[in-house]
Amino acid sequence: MALWVDKYRPRELSKLDYHKDQAENLRNLCKQSDFPHLMFYGPSGAGKKTRIMCLLREMYGSGVERLRSETMTFTTPSNRKVEVMTVSSNYHLEVNPSDAGMYDRTVVIDLIKQVAQTHQIEISGQREFKVIVISEGDELTKDAQHALRRTMEKYVATCRIIISVNSTSRIIPAIRSRCLGIRVAAPNETEIVSILQNTCKREGLALPVELAKRVVDKSERNLRRALLMLEAAKVAKAPFTANQEIPDLDWQVFLRETASQIISEQTPAKLEKIRERLYELLIQGVPPNLIFRGLVEQLVSNCDMSIKAKTLEFATEYEHRMQSGAKHIFHLEAFVAQFMNIYKKFLSELVMTDDF
Amino acid sequence: MQAFLKTGKSTAGSGDKNQGATTTRRKPPAPWVEKYRPRNVDDVVEQSEVVAVLRKCVEGGDLPNMLLYGPPGTGKTSTILAASRQIFGDMFKDRILELNASDERGINVVRTKIKNFSQLSASSVRPDGKPCPPFKIIILDEADSMTHAAQSALRRTMEKESRSTRFCLICNYVSRIIVPITSRCSKFRFKALGDDKVIDRLKYICAMEGVKIEEDAYKSIVKISGGDLRRAITTLQSCYRLKGPEHIINTADLFEMSGVIPEYYLEDYLEVCRSGNYERLEQFVREIGFSAYSVGQMMEQFVEFVVHHPGLNDPQKAKICDKLGECCFRLQDGGSEYLQIMDLGCCIILALK
Repeated sequence: MALWVDKYRPRELSKLDYHKDQAENLRNLCKQSDFPHLMFYGPSGAGKKTRIMCLLREMYGSGVERLRSETMTFTTPSNRKVEVMTVSSNYHLEVNPSDAGMYDRTVVIDLIKQVAQTHQIEISGQREFKVIVISEGDELTKDAQHALRRTMEKYVATCRIIISVNSTSRIIPAIRSRCLGIRVAAPNETEIVSILQNTCKREGLALPVELAKRVVDKSERNLRRALLMLEAAKVAKAPFTANQEIPDLDWQVFLRETASQIISEQTPAKLEKIRERLYELLIQGVPPNLIFRGLVEQLVSNCDMSIKAKTLEFATEYEHRMQSGAKHIFHLEAFVAQFMNIYKKFLSELVMTDDF
Repeated sequence: MQAFLKTGKSTAGSGDKNQGATTTRRKPPAPWVEKYRPRNVDDVVEQSEVVAVLRKCVEGGDLPNMLLYGPPGTGKTSTILAASRQIFGDMFKDRILELNASDERGINVVRTKIKNFSQLSASSVRPDGKPCPPFKIIILDEADSMTHAAQSALRRTMEKESRSTRFCLICNYVSRIIVPITSRCSKFRFKALGDDKVIDRLKYICAMEGVKIEEDAYKSIVKISGGDLRRAITTLQSCYRLKGPEHIINTADLFEMSGVIPEYYLEDYLEVCRSGNYERLEQFVREIGFSAYSVGQMMEQFVEFVVHHPGLNDPQKAKICDKLGECCFRLQDGGSEYLQIMDLGCCIILALK
């Protein structure tokens, strides 16, 4: 049995629940024979992938839903083999090149060449081009993006690229200007509530409005997360009640505790304890940038304005270094140590001024 | 095709093959940028000095080595292509070697490909007996992204082959071209297009393509594009594609299309910072994240906004812009959007105190 998220995912542009104007625009786009490269951008859980799949269905018919997954092997210039999972149908191919880490450039070039050099088998009534869907495009290295720019122009006759990104900030301008950007904003709260209620209706469950609202609050307007939470809640307690508890995400609780420990004590011994906790988080596969953001949000929440500014200043610096460095733990820990330093200084100054 | 056959130089066999290819494959519709590229030098918008010089050159059938520089979308590539098309006519394809940044252009290419092409001698008569200038043109587009080593390798080639080859370098920043190269070329600066020139061109295209558009919308396109005609035309076409031919294009569509952030977001951001309330700032930043606006884009627009803002004094502007630069750099380098914009916000709060 599929999760609700997949089970009730809209399959056609006309059945999307929100951003209906945009869906209409996308249909207009499909009606024309020509088609530009597209870039869908929006926060996670806003429905980028759903829209891409609906768009493909609109263009090619239900054939795009017959998916198969393949593992493709690429050889890098340094003779290293890289394996990447792809999901494809007869008309499109979906890939996440950042799986290959720093070798994403090879993947982008080879893959697109492979796909683009073969023509569509039956042209009658079909588009002349295939579509390559690149997910998590903002994780692509600059090198790969430059390679992409060249290949995009070269093979424009036989393939179109759809990139899905969280934010366009990390995409180089050359790519941005070659794609038609489609902004997918997160659904607002009432939209999520109505979707949750519809889903429950189709499952034959009654959902109290209060509970729905609380789920929405916790989900941070991430529709996927909201649906998953609701399903988890259903597993915990079958007929919903208004004041039912919604299970929190474990790592968020863990992170919150870590932050409060940092606030409570600032000593080298504590720092070592914190290191263990940070390792724990990293081992569980929580992305380091989420850890960073969570830590900053929690730490800053009960500080004075001057400390907030200082903390953020250091946070941005260490986070930036973390992105270019390889060992995440160093930078996380450096930030924690720096924060302890700032905080302790602030406390001791407070005591000093009290004395006089 | 007809002209090609009339010359009588090609064999019947090759002609048939070409014909077969054209019937089976439909030609994809060209982007408007390509479709409305100027065909001859006089069509080029605005750049009067360059056009005047080039017109003389076209008449005289000779060309100096040239360096064209200026902001993107002002017609540098179009101008040189139009000029060479006028000079060479049908033989245009054989006499031109065009390399841009996406082609491999390291020192090896300069040593082999460019050198070989420049050493070919060009005849002074066309296949049909008419005279034509006895040289070829090598166009190096986006020359500022060539390495210094590659540029140096070009120096000697430029002089030695001057009898049969002209070089045309095109770049955005002339400061990135090494001096020995600039001194070998006559330099032409392309200035950003005036608003009315862009509007004229857009109006022409709209009339030709049957685009329905509101009068105000022209101004918005100009604002979005900032004197870059290519971007203006691309924006127009994207909008037309997305909305369908019946829709009358208006300002809101254009802003949505280009990913430009509405002005009131910038005002709100400054207002929130002025209030000095961290919680409100955080709330606001989240809101931006949810509506999927790009923080990078926001920072770009924010620079303009701050610099021209009447309510800030100079030290405040300096402080904000300093931070803005730092945050922008980190963001491009892969830093987290949330942290960068929060940091900027805190800096503004402190600066406004």
